[in-house]
Amino acid sequence: MKQMLTGNAAAAWGARLADVDYVPAFPITPQTEIIETISHWSSDGTMGCRFVMMDSEHAMVTAAGAAAATGVRVFTATSSQGLLYALEAMYTVAGWRVPLVMVNVSRGISSPITLEADHNDILSARDTGFLQIHAETCQEVVDSIIMGYRIAEDPRVLLPIIINMDGFSLSFTREPVTIPDKDKIASFLPTYHPEHALFRASSPMSQGVAVLGGGAYSYFKYQTHLAAMNAIEVHNEIADLYGSLTGRHYGLVDSYKTEDADYVFIITNALATRGKAAVDHLRLQGKSVGLLRPRLIRPLPVEAIASQLEGKKGVIVIDQNISPGLGGILFQELAAALYSTPHRPDRIKSFVGGLGGKNISQDEFDYMLSAVSQDEYLWTDQPELLYTQAEWAQMQSMLAVAGKEVPDDNYLSIDT
Amino acid sequence: MTTTYRSTRDIPEQEYLSAGTALCAGCGGLECIRLFHKVLGKDVVFVNAAGCMTLLTTYPMTPFQGSWLYTTMGSAAAGAQGVRDALDVLIERGRMSSKEDLKVVVLAGDGSSADIGLTATSGAMHRNLDFYYLCYDNEGYGNTGFQMSSTSPFGSHTHTTDPVASHPAGTEQNKKDLFEIWRAQKPPYLATVSPRHPVDMARKIEKSMATDGPRMFLALSPCPPGWGYEPGQTHEIARGAVETGIWPLKEAIRGMVYHTHTPKMDPVATYLEMQDRYRHLFEPKRQEAAISQIQEKVNEYWASQNVRFRDA
Ligand SMILES: Cc1ncc(C[n+]2csc(CCOP(=O)(O)OP(=O)(O)O)c2C)c(N)n1
Ligand code: SF4
Repeated sequence: MKQMLTGNAAAAWGARLADVDYVPAFPITPQTEIIETISHWSSDGTMGCRFVMMDSEHAMVTAAGAAAATGVRVFTATSSQGLLYALEAMYTVAGWRVPLVMVNVSRGISSPITLEADHNDILSARDTGFLQIHAETCQEVVDSIIMGYRIAEDPRVLLPIIINMDGFSLSFTREPVTIPDKDKIASFLPTYHPEHALFRASSPMSQGVAVLGGGAYSYFKYQTHLAAMNAIEVHNEIADLYGSLTGRHYGLVDSYKTEDADYVFIITNALATRGKAAVDHLRLQGKSVGLLRPRLIRPLPVEAIASQLEGKKGVIVIDQNISPGLGGILFQELAAALYSTPHRPDRIKSFVGGLGGKNISQDEFDYMLSAVSQDEYLWTDQPELLYTQAEWAQMQSMLAVAGKEVPDDNYLSIDT
Repeated sequence: MTTTYRSTRDIPEQEYLSAGTALCAGCGGLECIRLFHKVLGKDVVFVNAAGCMTLLTTYPMTPFQGSWLYTTMGSAAAGAQGVRDALDVLIERGRMSSKEDLKVVVLAGDGSSADIGLTATSGAMHRNLDFYYLCYDNEGYGNTGFQMSSTSPFGSHTHTTDPVASHPAGTEQNKKDLFEIWRAQKPPYLATVSPRHPVDMARKIEKSMATDGPRMFLALSPCPPGWGYEPGQTHEIARGAVETGIWPLKEAIRGMVYHTHTPKMDPVATYLEMQDRYRHLFEPKRQEAAISQIQEKVNEYWASQNVRFRDA
């Protein structure tokens, strides 16, 4: 069944097909359509789950983890400020080693406050122990949620997982989505009967207990790391099964025309669609380019990424996030991933773009390619901010209206 | 309702909380938990907020016969929500026998309950969650070394309210009235308890077990290191708090308040004097104004017209 669905509706469909038992929720733009849809389906009996409005995301994630620790299948969703508000609880429930799926709809983080997408929200949850899959399309959202339960619930993993999608460009954009067949999914993901320890009268259990000393602490933290690493193999098994069931095959990374390319752009999430169009455009001009989109961010599929980039002339990492005082977050991780690769590309450039939902134009893609492929390649330890003349002119006029002195600094990457 | 608990002899001998925990000797809060576990029975899950009690279960040991879930300092009530909802869903959907059901009990200190966890608790009450909430009130942030919480009483010394010349009383704020804050939401059962009055406490727990929804308990929890007295004096201190009228024993059924014990109304100074945290009110110079301010608040409370009595 193919329908035009927003990313948010696709997420609600994912939860519906996964036959979830429990959905604690708290609203935040641009995630609200997900929880409104599930609330509606829960109250009219379309979904058999219990839906509960919580009083904050911190409470929501605690309740989600506690329910998972009691043995039900849990779904929840948030975004941006909500994800940050929940952060303490996220570390906590990941440490309980319980599976659940949470959707994050990426949105920039205050201050200044905005509603549009970038990835500082989701990347701040990088070290919580939640696995992360970053989706490019609405179809991938629904498929990743369903596969996400199989990965999270696998006894080799037993960790919560986030499916990430971009606010607006995915959450509110309708795309044709094939809604998987209910019965097929029921066979792929049957009703949840967990085997891990649960709260039961006949078998008392202590969960989240204190440890004394670093020995026990390190042991449990490292166990979480090993379990997260197992998710690579488990992902591949599950993706194979899912592929043969639905005809849609997902890899650890999504490579677009990389095989014969000399230069590769690296972009995550919905912006990759824009990047693929730019690659096509550059190829028409005879440029040897491709695009690599890491789908799994935690665990980071280091080997898959390195093998795709081996022997390339140059790599362009576009980070839709910024770590003040360092630069692009993914750039740091990918540079480290490539360091010990035998034939690693000797040129790698870091760009920060798309912050707060800002577009990246074809001219900017052209510019980035020339920056990494020109004869006189300049290694810089600082990322370049993608910022056009037109954007700068607009900013200057806003500064003037605000009565601020307009700095002479040239923020521009390119002259268009 | 007839009660099982007429005297201390009626309190079950069966212990569900074993001795030898890492807590301080004479911990009043631990006394309350012990009695709760006895009366509620073995089939409970304690959902804990960060505080002294978090150290009860340390890998790989637990003193409890029941289950345990440590959450965060601010979200124990939300953890209770998740566990309760999941148990209900499993029973409803026929995936768990009701014989496996558990009573869900939040275990949180006054700092967690009145400060960082107040929203989560209010939310769980608003959703009419079927759970028990035991706040052991030691009147400060005990686990971190006894700093002022919003339930530290006026005139007490904590490690962030040193009595000095410009602030002779130490803590200058009045204790946040968590009983009244909770009562505003009209839970089906709400009570204060004291470890010195185990029969009163057992009756209240038993009574609450006959209803559904939020069953809220505020337990006076004398704390030897935080309050400054010898561990052997815990019961004397608890008695003092009750008999001076500082800690009224009461219950509220859907908001309607009844007192369950008539205090002797001993002068508050007799209670204050026993504890180092009030020493500065007596030495080097007696601070008459501060002491009478405390006395007057107590008098005012008991003189107020809505004080009704009955046995728990
Ligand atoms: C979010 C957060 N902030 C601060 C702390 C540090 N902390 C741990 S226990 C505690 C005091 C808790 O006080 P209370 O709830 O009264 O319980 P008690 O320690 O007295 O048992 C604090 C502040 C924490 N664990 N989490
Ligand atoms: S500090 Fe006080 S409340 Fe904490 S364990 Fe010791 S006696 Fe009990």
